[in-house]
Amino acid sequence: MFSETIELRGHIIDSLILPKVLDQILTHGANFKITEINIGRKRADQSFARIEVSAETTDALDDLILRLRQHGAEVTKREDALLASAPADGVFPRDFYVTTNQQTFVRFDGKEIEVQPAMMDSAIAVDRKRGAARAVKFFDVCKGDEIVVGHQGVRVVPVQRATSRTDVFQFINTIIDADEPKSAIIRELAGELQRARRAKGRIAVVVGPAIVRTDAGQHLVRLIESRYIDRLFAGNSFAAYDVERALFGTSLGISPDLAFSRGGRENLVRAVNTIREAGGIATAVQKKILTSGIMHACVRHNVDIVLTGSIRGEGSIPGVTTDAIEAQKVMREKLTDVTHALLLATLQHSLAVASMLAPTVKTVCVDIDPSAVERAVEHQPLQSIGLVTDVEPFLRELADCVTGSKL
Amino acid sequence: MRELLLCPPDYYGIEYEINPWMSRARGAETALAQKQWHQLHATLSALDCKVHLIAPQQGLPDMVFTANAGLTVGRKFIPSNFRHKERAGEQPFFAKWMQQCGYEASWLPENLYFEGEGDALFSGDVLFCGYKFRSDIQSHRTVADMLGCLAISVELIDPRFYHLDTCFCPLPDGGAFWFPMAFDDYGQRAIREHIIDLIDVSPEEATHFSCNAVILGRDIVLPEGAPQLVTKLEHRGYRCHALPMSEFIKAGGACKCLVMFMPQRESVA
Repeated sequence: MFSETIELRGHIIDSLILPKVLDQILTHGANFKITEINIGRKRADQSFARIEVSAETTDALDDLILRLRQHGAEVTKREDALLASAPADGVFPRDFYVTTNQQTFVRFDGKEIEVQPAMMDSAIAVDRKRGAARAVKFFDVCKGDEIVVGHQGVRVVPVQRATSRTDVFQFINTIIDADEPKSAIIRELAGELQRARRAKGRIAVVVGPAIVRTDAGQHLVRLIESRYIDRLFAGNSFAAYDVERALFGTSLGISPDLAFSRGGRENLVRAVNTIREAGGIATAVQKKILTSGIMHACVRHNVDIVLTGSIRGEGSIPGVTTDAIEAQKVMREKLTDVTHALLLATLQHSLAVASMLAPTVKTVCVDIDPSAVERAVEHQPLQSIGLVTDVEPFLRELADCVTGSKL
Repeated sequence: MRELLLCPPDYYGIEYEINPWMSRARGAETALAQKQWHQLHATLSALDCKVHLIAPQQGLPDMVFTANAGLTVGRKFIPSNFRHKERAGEQPFFAKWMQQCGYEASWLPENLYFEGEGDALFSGDVLFCGYKFRSDIQSHRTVADMLGCLAISVELIDPRFYHLDTCFCPLPDGGAFWFPMAFDDYGQRAIREHIIDLIDVSPEEATHFSCNAVILGRDIVLPEGAPQLVTKLEHRGYRCHALPMSEFIKAGGACKCLVMFMPQRESVA
């Protein structure tokens, strides 16, 4: 998206110049955002509007601006961004600009450069020689790096709600509470996943241990076997619970097949030890030690497993990234081409992933805790659906819909 | 008593082409043009008004169209900034003449095109302004600032009706007659929102420059060739004086283009 800011002054309301300009922007396939408007109070008072116009190409934008100028639009002069040097390694200068996850442009030497990647809660480092701007975390910044300070010369292009086609995300775009019906939405989601698979989209699932504990793993396995999952993000404990269930039929010692049973952590620790002994999940599958469960399905169907560890972990399964900074880097890299994300029954991991997603990624968050759903969904305000429900019936119904069969 | 500015057509002729009506090959008949102008002068002089004449200048054939000299409100005169270089030479003569008559000149920035009363007509306290072919919309807000009035900018879309006064004529009772197709949809809506009693002029009568009329109280001086409009106006109690204007229409002008009000309006509330 390329954009310019225009200003309209005069009797633009009575003359219908403001609606005319806005209509022209839309009919030319461009978008607008009114950033400031001041309407005259008395009859002879003139009005003022500042409008950010964005179009797909520079040519389309130039052509449109030329037309709008005929109706009195004046293009505002843009200032370059202000830069300051990082005072030390890992420290941003004061007043550094904090990014969002929206597409962002920064202006320097009279040109607008897109900040890559679109990453929230970062600073923007500018490389004048290469004409590049990148979003940087604390660990990326070195003393003397030029960092954008203040808001001048920074332009954010939020994802616009589509005007031409309305899919389930843009249509619903809300949270479905525990006491509301969900079947129709789950059917729509199934349709969206089918479309995504046909369009060679990348579907990521972020999963928490509750999936294993509620015995919803079998439904996730059906989705994996039907090739609806490309990448799986989870913590160490999810993998440990899944392996325990596969090896011993229990989760935290509890058998889901028994109405009343006593739990314990013993099986979990033994399960982790078995995988460590085998040399990792993939080798355990190859050696036919691990023959069922979600991890097994992922290995068998080439789903990329991204495991990052937690402090509470029991000593990690081989292949889990335990260094928090390193884990962020790995997750970010594995999320770059994701088009759809299912955040299922895990608050911390969902929030971590949601904060790294590009604003165009369509997101579904399912959790039994309404506040967890709210927090995850607010990262993607235009492209997300939240469902407050137990994850087991959700996954069961979704798997039924996409596979066309019932368990 | 209304005062009007006219310019004798001593040097009038079609020497260049700056609108779709003008054709140097066809030209205007000088003697007939003289006759038509004198008929207009005589008709106006017989009505309740005082006619002033500015001396025509050689090499400025369109100076006869005094409506484009500027816009006068009270004792303030806003000289035009002509879009075409062929007419730009008229500006100093008109400005000097008006200043000599005691009017105070309020100059627009040089980069804003504005063609005076041709593109700026009051209906009550509201100044309707045409833009695109000759005047820039940016000039309207400066004019509105200078006068402290509401200016409604309307886009003209038919090059044959390149000035507002060729397709829109406000009446003293608050109504107006107009040729709607000369405006874009937004302009039509803006006019309809501010003027309730609108008389639509047919396309055929509009091409006879029927909207290019001089209104003096209940008297309307307009080009001949608009019997339907005349009937409607007479029905509303106006006296119509239809005059032959063929030789001026060849240059894209008629009765109103040949006249500037001094002032168009005494004051703006």
